[in-house]
Amino acid sequence: MKKYTFTDKKDTRSGFGAGMAELGKKNPNVVALCADLVASLKLDAFIKDNPQRFIQCGIAEANMIGVSAGLALSGYIPFATTFANFGSGRVYDQIRQSVAYSNTNVKICVSHAGLTLGEDGATHQILEDIAMMRAMPEMTVINPCDFNQTKAATIAVADYNGPVYLRFGRPVVPIFTAPDQKFEIGKGWMVNEGKDVSIFATGHLVWEAILAGEILEKEGIDAEIINIHTIKPLDEQAILQSVSKTRCAVTAEEHQLNGGLGDAVCQVLSRNMPSPVEMIGVNNSFGESGTPAQLMEKYGLNAQNIVNAVRKAISRK
Amino acid sequence: MEIQELKDIASQVRRDIVRQVHSSQSGHPGGSLGCTDVVVSLYFHFMKIDDEKGEDGFLKFSREGKNEDLFFLSNGHISPLFYSVLARRGYFPIEELSTFRRINSRLQGHPATHEHLPGIRIASGSLGQGLSVAAGAAYAKKLRQDDKLVFVLMGDGEQQEGQVWEAAQFAAHHELDNLIAIIDWNGQQIDGPTEKVMSNKDLKAKYQAFGWETVDLSNGNDMKLTVEALNEAKQKTGNDKPVLILMKSDMGFGVDYMMGTHKWHGAAPNDEQLEVALLQLPATFGDY
Repeated sequence: MKKYTFTDKKDTRSGFGAGMAELGKKNPNVVALCADLVASLKLDAFIKDNPQRFIQCGIAEANMIGVSAGLALSGYIPFATTFANFGSGRVYDQIRQSVAYSNTNVKICVSHAGLTLGEDGATHQILEDIAMMRAMPEMTVINPCDFNQTKAATIAVADYNGPVYLRFGRPVVPIFTAPDQKFEIGKGWMVNEGKDVSIFATGHLVWEAILAGEILEKEGIDAEIINIHTIKPLDEQAILQSVSKTRCAVTAEEHQLNGGLGDAVCQVLSRNMPSPVEMIGVNNSFGESGTPAQLMEKYGLNAQNIVNAVRKAISRK
Repeated sequence: MEIQELKDIASQVRRDIVRQVHSSQSGHPGGSLGCTDVVVSLYFHFMKIDDEKGEDGFLKFSREGKNEDLFFLSNGHISPLFYSVLARRGYFPIEELSTFRRINSRLQGHPATHEHLPGIRIASGSLGQGLSVAAGAAYAKKLRQDDKLVFVLMGDGEQQEGQVWEAAQFAAHHELDNLIAIIDWNGQQIDGPTEKVMSNKDLKAKYQAFGWETVDLSNGNDMKLTVEALNEAKQKTGNDKPVLILMKSDMGFGVDYMMGTHKWHGAAPNDEQLEVALLQLPATFGDY
């Protein structure tokens, strides 16, 4: 197992803020919009440097999406920001008509995705957003794993022409990917090469997958771990290549089992290479208040759950 | 352009509307006929549009519309009007109106950019979104230091959508005084008279309370009054406030049996009804 260490922990949303600060300096067409959550989205540096290119929208997300579409027509690259709950389900129809169907170059960048926003509870813990955005034609869906990768993804989506849903989170998590990495949209990132099982993880679950890989190594199980930061378009080639070697898979995501990464992986495998798949995710329930760690444990989303799923997947080969 | 010329164009556009809806046996003639005069006066008289043509002989179209006035149709169901005006203005072949709502057409049931129909900048149909998009475009013009105007047409029933009011507060807060919104106040919607379905109460007072300038257009089916209202609205731009034209109109105007009722909101005329309608609307520029 390749060794991953970290010296620092930060929230992925701060990676977004750092990416925006850099974009503010290098791309004059980037504009930021926010629905009354500037501090939560870590936009302070961008706003300080580019006050003219920040548009406060107030608590009115539907309008923010439409305004973003209007701005995009003239060549601006609007980054519409809010919490994931309010940037997906609340504004699904606005994104569908004014952004995706109209193919406007809008980047919907959302924080506080999943359970790990913690104490605010289920009203804010969106666990269906990947499913919604995956289902939408023209939409690219990205869910990076740590501070550095979120920063790189933020910069990368500005160079990509088309609608993007970029999802990140609130809690501090280990920084284990390289600073100033090149982020390739749609390309899975090999975390560890192995031969016994393929673990496809996204977002905060990538670090849990690494911890699981270390536990499995002690049991003599050689896990291949791939970070699927882009859920759509999915890196089908990486998935098929890996499973052709390992013959079984585990998926891991901070999201509902219905419609998420796991479903996407199963779709690829069932069409091309039917194989045993175990899925880690939230099983058809809402979240609740608690600390991030408590929630990840209660809802079965931590390293130990991945280990158990791997054992089961291997037994089904 | 003279008022009589605009009236002649409007008559032809109305023929195009009823013929499109008749041909596909679907679509929304009522609102289309009611809004014909204002959209004709915008595209043929009032808006600054780049008249440069491409090699195909049609107007060059850019979604950005740099140094052009822009028009957004929020109540997208009146697409037969929009398509006729765009075709007659030179954006695409007039004969293409015969493909309205048919398979493999660029003239979708509701306006779309997906098939790249020149003249359309954003999809509309799901109501309540056009004012937001227009506000974004108006904001962009300010950032780009482009002094042209942005127009958006909405329905009165559409004012029941919450997003409209999010956009209304946004436009006023950000002082988008290059934005002119027009409400087609025909008092009808699918389920009946607007006052019965969900009363708008005092729209003028509402928008004024939101921080908008307002202009009254007592009859949006009178070309002269319509042009005057647009002029008045333009004079009110540039004063830190967005401008609203409250346009009273008759749904179905120009075809007597379609007027004064919500029944022709989304219904197509049969062959006999088409003949009756066309007798009331002189062909001024030739049918497609």
